[in-house]
Amino acid sequence: MKEFVEGSHAIAEIVKACQPGVISAYPITPQTHIVEDLAQMVSNGELKSQFVNVESEHSAASVVLGGSATGVRVYTATSSQGLFYMQEVVFNIAGMRLPVVMTCANRAVSAPINIWNDQQDSISLRDAGWVQIYAEDNQEAVDFHLIAYRLAEDKRVMLPVMVCMDGFILTHGMETIDMPEQEKVNKFLPVYKPLYKLDTAEPMSMGLLADPDYYMEARFAIQETMKESVGYLSEISSEFKAVFGRDYKDLLVEEYHTQDADKVIVAMGSVCGTIKEVVDEQRAKGKKVGLLRIISYRPFPYARIYEALKDVPRVAVLDKAVSLGAYAPIAVEIKAAFYGKKKGPKVISSFVAGLGGRDITLESVHEVLRRLTAKEINSDFIDLKPELLKEEYGK
Amino acid sequence: MFGPLTVKPSESKGDKTGSWRTLVRPNYLHKDCIACRMCLMICPEGCVKGKEKNAFSVDYTFCKGCGVCADICPKKDIEMVPEEPKEGDR
Repeated sequence: MKEFVEGSHAIAEIVKACQPGVISAYPITPQTHIVEDLAQMVSNGELKSQFVNVESEHSAASVVLGGSATGVRVYTATSSQGLFYMQEVVFNIAGMRLPVVMTCANRAVSAPINIWNDQQDSISLRDAGWVQIYAEDNQEAVDFHLIAYRLAEDKRVMLPVMVCMDGFILTHGMETIDMPEQEKVNKFLPVYKPLYKLDTAEPMSMGLLADPDYYMEARFAIQETMKESVGYLSEISSEFKAVFGRDYKDLLVEEYHTQDADKVIVAMGSVCGTIKEVVDEQRAKGKKVGLLRIISYRPFPYARIYEALKDVPRVAVLDKAVSLGAYAPIAVEIKAAFYGKKKGPKVISSFVAGLGGRDITLESVHEVLRRLTAKEINSDFIDLKPELLKEEYGK
Repeated sequence: MFGPLTVKPSESKGDKTGSWRTLVRPNYLHKDCIACRMCLMICPEGCVKGKEKNAFSVDYTFCKGCGVCADICPKKDIEMVPEEPKEGDR
């Protein structure tokens, strides 16, 4: 059924439809509306779930870890500092192979304190062993939660999944959503049956000491499962299409006019909507511009990206995060996908934009295209204000 | 793919923590033992066995040489002795 709703409310609705047995979260902007709505649904009796109020994100993550370990479906959501406060538990959840699903309402990180959107928070946790998928709009954000539970709870996977959606731009944006009906959700997402769980009748332990004789294999197994998940995402996507009619193809990337393009911008998340508008505009003028949108950041679809960009002469990678002291995070992966290969772009230039919620406008995207020349550049900041860089101390 | 993940009771015996022992090991003297079982109870590795007086022993495959058994023994019937040199040690 189509509804005109706020992104956060739509997420709460779909989480409700997934019927998690345990929900725990600590409020942080811009995630708050999601868990506020869920708390209300539980208190109104619309959702039979234990909503555990906690004193911090570290505890929220620990509660969902524990809940998942006892064999029930769980849910949490956070942003920015909250995600960082969860960090050690986030790694533990993956290490214990618990199918937790989390919404990350992407927000910049301190300091300086900033509540607005960029993708530094989730990108900084890319090595945690969580699958990370990034939504462009709220319909996707809703659908990706269903896909997230399916993938996480797949017996071949058993890894946590983070659904990343840009804070405010999506979480607080109003959009018409085709809300999946409960009946179809039940068909697509069966009741969770754990492979292993904490049970007094059949005792076992999770996450115990693994000495040098054991540890590496536990990590290797996650790495292999991540690689295999590239295929599982495509598989689940086609099942999703069969039930709901919406087609996310292989769920790894979206190719938008990349086939014959001279210039392609690579980006992730809601900014792709803006880039598509520029692409349409340029195409109308006969200019061969395209967009490659990354949906799955972990696992990173190297082979798929190689296929999509191997014949494109110039590629601009637009990051909404930085790896301070190194090349920008997505740019590194794109360059790595082509290293040592026969085919590939002559130029892969990297741009950083939209940090701390600075608007990435149509003009910003045009600027990226202008700076994408024959000369490769790295981590070039777009819309920077040089006049703000004149402060001096120690004189 | 799964690696070592969950552990059923007693499965962690694969972690042979005795390799952590470096300098000293407990030596059960079997002279004044009153079978109070305190060494057995306090051992963090649960590697002390025994029921009768002067019949307690340690499984050195798991003993980390922490010395708490010797410390708690009310009869001073356990002493920590230098680790026997292993083959190849200098």
